[in-house]
Amino acid sequence: MTEPALLSVEEVSVDLPTPRGNLRAVDHVDLKIGAGRTLGIVGESGCGKTMLSRAILQLLPKKAKLSGRVMFDGQDLVRLEPERLRKLRGRSLAVVFQDPMTSLNPVLTVGTQLIETLQEHLELDGHAAKRRRAELLAAVGIPAPEQRLMQYPHQLSGGMRQRVAIAIALSCEPKLLIADEPTTALDVTIQAQILDLLAREQRRRHMAMILITHDLGVVAGRTDEVAVMYAGRVVERAPTPALFKKMRMPYTEALLAAIPKIDAAPHTPLPAISGRPPDPTRPIQGCSFSPRCRYAADQCYREKPLLAAAESLDHQYACFHPIQITAGVDA
Amino acid sequence: MATLELSIEEDVAVSPIRRTRRLGPLFWAAIAWMIFIFAAAALVSLLPLPSPTDMDMLERRAPASALHWLGTDGLGRDELARLIHGARVSLTVGLCAPIIGITIGGALGMLAGYFRGRFETLVVGSMDVLLAFPPLILALAVTAYLGQSLLNLTCILGVLGIPAFMRVARAATLTLARREFVIAAQALGATHARILLRELLPNVFLPLFAFFLLGVAVTIVVEGALSFLGLGVPPPISSWGSMIGEGRESLEIAPRLAFMPAITMFLTVLSFNLVGDTLRALTDPRQGAL
Repeated sequence: MTEPALLSVEEVSVDLPTPRGNLRAVDHVDLKIGAGRTLGIVGESGCGKTMLSRAILQLLPKKAKLSGRVMFDGQDLVRLEPERLRKLRGRSLAVVFQDPMTSLNPVLTVGTQLIETLQEHLELDGHAAKRRRAELLAAVGIPAPEQRLMQYPHQLSGGMRQRVAIAIALSCEPKLLIADEPTTALDVTIQAQILDLLAREQRRRHMAMILITHDLGVVAGRTDEVAVMYAGRVVERAPTPALFKKMRMPYTEALLAAIPKIDAAPHTPLPAISGRPPDPTRPIQGCSFSPRCRYAADQCYREKPLLAAAESLDHQYACFHPIQITAGVDA
Repeated sequence: MATLELSIEEDVAVSPIRRTRRLGPLFWAAIAWMIFIFAAAALVSLLPLPSPTDMDMLERRAPASALHWLGTDGLGRDELARLIHGARVSLTVGLCAPIIGITIGGALGMLAGYFRGRFETLVVGSMDVLLAFPPLILALAVTAYLGQSLLNLTCILGVLGIPAFMRVARAATLTLARREFVIAAQALGATHARILLRELLPNVFLPLFAFFLLGVAVTIVVEGALSFLGLGVPPPISSWGSMIGEGRESLEIAPRLAFMPAITMFLTVLSFNLVGDTLRALTDPRQGAL
């Protein structure tokens, strides 16, 4: 990428002290995202996706230790004073969470929650803010917005709630939106609607987006670049079409194989990834995927492969025995 | 993945349905009793009542008559006037003391639950000290030192209520502060003050208010107990507790002198509890959620 990155995550590690020892949730992660681009972060539960997004927002639990740099718009968020960081959040950086049930305040009406952020950051007067919030709700596809404003979150359906959460996140025209599993709590038809809504609003506002998910199917066709995470590390990173055409990391392949195929015969066994993710409090000496990898060789158990570029600069992966076949799937 | 058209027909929109729920005659009876007691206590100077302190030694323990509607007590004072003047004292103490508790205790509890750390340790520790101190001894010591007065009584009962309110507020804040909507508010750049006042307070207020109404009921009873022991408001000011205490002397001759203030107190406390429970169930917008 030649354009200067809007956000660059440099050598970020997050350590969480637990009663069972130090837990390294994020391990030396490097990522870059340009203005208006979309980055997908994929990985199974507990691989550090959410911790990484919290690290970018500087919203880690108090006990967590963060090292590295998070450069956003020329400022290092890690070392920014709390007051300037607070002004940046919401205004330039916004986030949509996984479960709209818990990310909205249960005892405030939708309208109240929308207006708070508007008044805090844009300093709109009452009238302008009221007009703006109805516009926002209409923009995220909520019918009869004036009526919805008076309702409480529990009176809305899951999809509606997520639309409200997106409206709140978009209210101050952020430059970067972090969507942390925005569709996991929703059913499949609503998922597609919400993802389309995010894509449409992103194009319209020329906003960068980080889409965090455990579903490779979600990032396909909706992102410019994909980073696959495993056990706190980025194990493969590539532009989306390149990744789906020519994946090199066995973990990425296994993730893709684990998606049920709609044209498969009934009762076809699903090739799930055997075993469990490694215990993050007990680091493995070699490649962290080696115990579950089909291609693991001696070297894999002894040394940790580094994330490195191979044939093209964009496509990086951390594997000693990358997959050579170029079958893949069309993105 | 299928792509679906985003436009949703406008006619799908449903107007919110008003929740209609029968409140029941018991609730309305409780409300009626509270209005009656409050009105009587507030308008006592306008009512055509005899003075509650004028003694009529010839009319001691007189039965109900046109002059004394509920008769007179052991010193020949009008029972009805004393009951209503007593309501003033009981309700003032009963409302003001929990207000002190809910304000200070609620604020301390929310701050402790939200910021955690050393501040929480300090607050919880000092509240434990206050809880460990025998309340009756404290009340006795303070009244002995500062003298018996309505203000002192209210302050003591208010301070004694702080630990309980603090615990309720802190427990509610602790669970709420971990919820995602607080992190979402932080992610949207809300200040600590904003999160505490706008996000957490409306949530914490519900359990706190239910506890407040319970606190009113308990305080009325405690004030009665203190007055019964002679630690409440100084005579000749009447309060329900002191009236029960005075009535105890003539329990065999005229049991109504002890029972009438006791029944009044019972009905008032019951009304507060009933209304508190119903309101909590009715106004909780979280019902149906989670």
